[in-house]
Amino acid sequence: MNAIEVDNLSKFYGPARGIEDVSFSVKQGEIMGFLGPNGSGKTTTMRILTCFFPPTGGTARICGTDILKDSFSVRQKIGYLPENVPLYGDMPVFAYLNFFAEIKGVPAKQKREKVNDVVQRCELQTVSHRLIRKLSKGFRQRVGIAQALLNDPEVLILDEPTVGLDPKQIIDIRSLIKGLGGKQTVILSTHILPEVSMTCDRVIIMHEGRLIAVDTPENLTRKLQQAPRIMLKADGPEPEMLKTIGSLSGITRVVSKAPTPGKPGFYEIEAEERMDTINEIARAVYENGWKLREIRPQDMTLEEIFIKVVTEEEGVGNR
Amino acid sequence: MNWFFIMKREVASYFTSLTAYVVLGIFLVISGYFFYTNLTMFVMMVGSDIKLGLWQYTFHDMRRFMLLLLPLLTMRLFSEEKKLGTIELLYTHPVKDLAIIMGKYLACLLVLAVMLCLTFLYPVLLNIVFSIEMGPLITGYLGLFLLGGAFIACGLFVSSLTENQIVAAMVTVGVLVLFWSIDWNEGIAGTQAMIILHQMSLFEHFYNFPRGVIALADIVYYLTLTLFFLFLTLCSLESRQWRGKR
Repeated sequence: MNAIEVDNLSKFYGPARGIEDVSFSVKQGEIMGFLGPNGSGKTTTMRILTCFFPPTGGTARICGTDILKDSFSVRQKIGYLPENVPLYGDMPVFAYLNFFAEIKGVPAKQKREKVNDVVQRCELQTVSHRLIRKLSKGFRQRVGIAQALLNDPEVLILDEPTVGLDPKQIIDIRSLIKGLGGKQTVILSTHILPEVSMTCDRVIIMHEGRLIAVDTPENLTRKLQQAPRIMLKADGPEPEMLKTIGSLSGITRVVSKAPTPGKPGFYEIEAEERMDTINEIARAVYENGWKLREIRPQDMTLEEIFIKVVTEEEGVGNR
Repeated sequence: MNWFFIMKREVASYFTSLTAYVVLGIFLVISGYFFYTNLTMFVMMVGSDIKLGLWQYTFHDMRRFMLLLLPLLTMRLFSEEKKLGTIELLYTHPVKDLAIIMGKYLACLLVLAVMLCLTFLYPVLLNIVFSIEMGPLITGYLGLFLLGGAFIACGLFVSSLTENQIVAAMVTVGVLVLFWSIDWNEGIAGTQAMIILHQMSLFEHFYNFPRGVIALADIVYYLTLTLFFLFLTLCSLESRQWRGKR
């Protein structure tokens, strides 16, 4: 069953396009990543899904409830962390979470338990009685996430949840989000591309208000990577190596990457088939007396996928 | 019940920051000064009706000062939330717009009630040495409360239009002064128009209260004005539902 269904969603700010004709669905328990440069429409899509403002056209359903027909019910089902984490700085953490537990409709008897639960999950115990405005950026981010988690929402929408955190905090938040998968449906937007492949089941790539790809990171790699790639690190004369490896059967392209004098060369090799070719290359290096340092299959990184998808989209748009 | 939680938060916000204390303190000092000045004047003017006149003078002074002071309480209600982005939290939680408005309005009204209650100290002190009539005093306070309620509703509406608190305060003062002076220019408006403008004037309906008279028309006027501004606030909040639609 789909927890989120988005149909032809559009939003225009006067003549300016926020998003246009965006459609996708997110399965229950799935973690979906929103990827896109600034101004691509990620936040606009999230704001429409959370009923902050209505779309210009199209609609969406959260757990079967239409955002336009019954926004109140939709808002009961979601937890939302807005971009830049707005907080009431004049409140202590505990009072802040209590307030949101109250307006989310948490029964009075369960309020304390629910607040304590999110305080523990987001590791806020040490700061629970401090004023929010006196907290560090990392703690504020966690307070925002704790607020979104209150009342165990069916759908969690997080707009850049790890921005501004230190590496340890990023890992903690990622594992927290990963732990929610299966039970709660999560949509998160990010600029950090590896975060998506580490955390998300599927990725939506947006560009200039349009949805240009939806798939798992693995499928996107497979689709976009026309030929399997191999990375070779070896000591040897560069021209000869390029010639020898390039002449092997099944090799379509060999490129020397960033050669540094006195250091082993890096070669990016594209082949028709991967595993057998790795053996062939390794044998050729050994037989020529060159020193093999490293050889491994290499997938496209999410950055490469992102740039490729966006560039292709721009190419189509310019035609 | 959401209006109650929002009211609680707003009241806490007033009293955890310096805002409420500064406004209450200034109002207490200045209204005390008005009270003392008027009392001295009546004591020196032997033969004037101190029992009635003192309250009329004092309440008229206090209402003018409230016009300047209450916008400082209302300016933050929505403007601050817009500036900080916290309005996005309220709008995306299961809270009706009316509950947000009522929570904020009642919180500010509560601060006004505290503000007026504190000034009750002056008649109590006077009562020790001079027996005072309670009727005009109580109706005068009722008038100030109704008037203040309308001021707050106006301030709440203006605050919902901008994220700049200073602009919100200044525009509120402007709107209130306009409502105060709306019937001043008899030369321009015709007789019929003057009757209507006279009825719309903010302070015209106040005169009865410190005299000990409760007129239904005055109460209806202040309540209508308050509801009018609260309705405008609701429209302002709900406008996000139709803005950007085609």
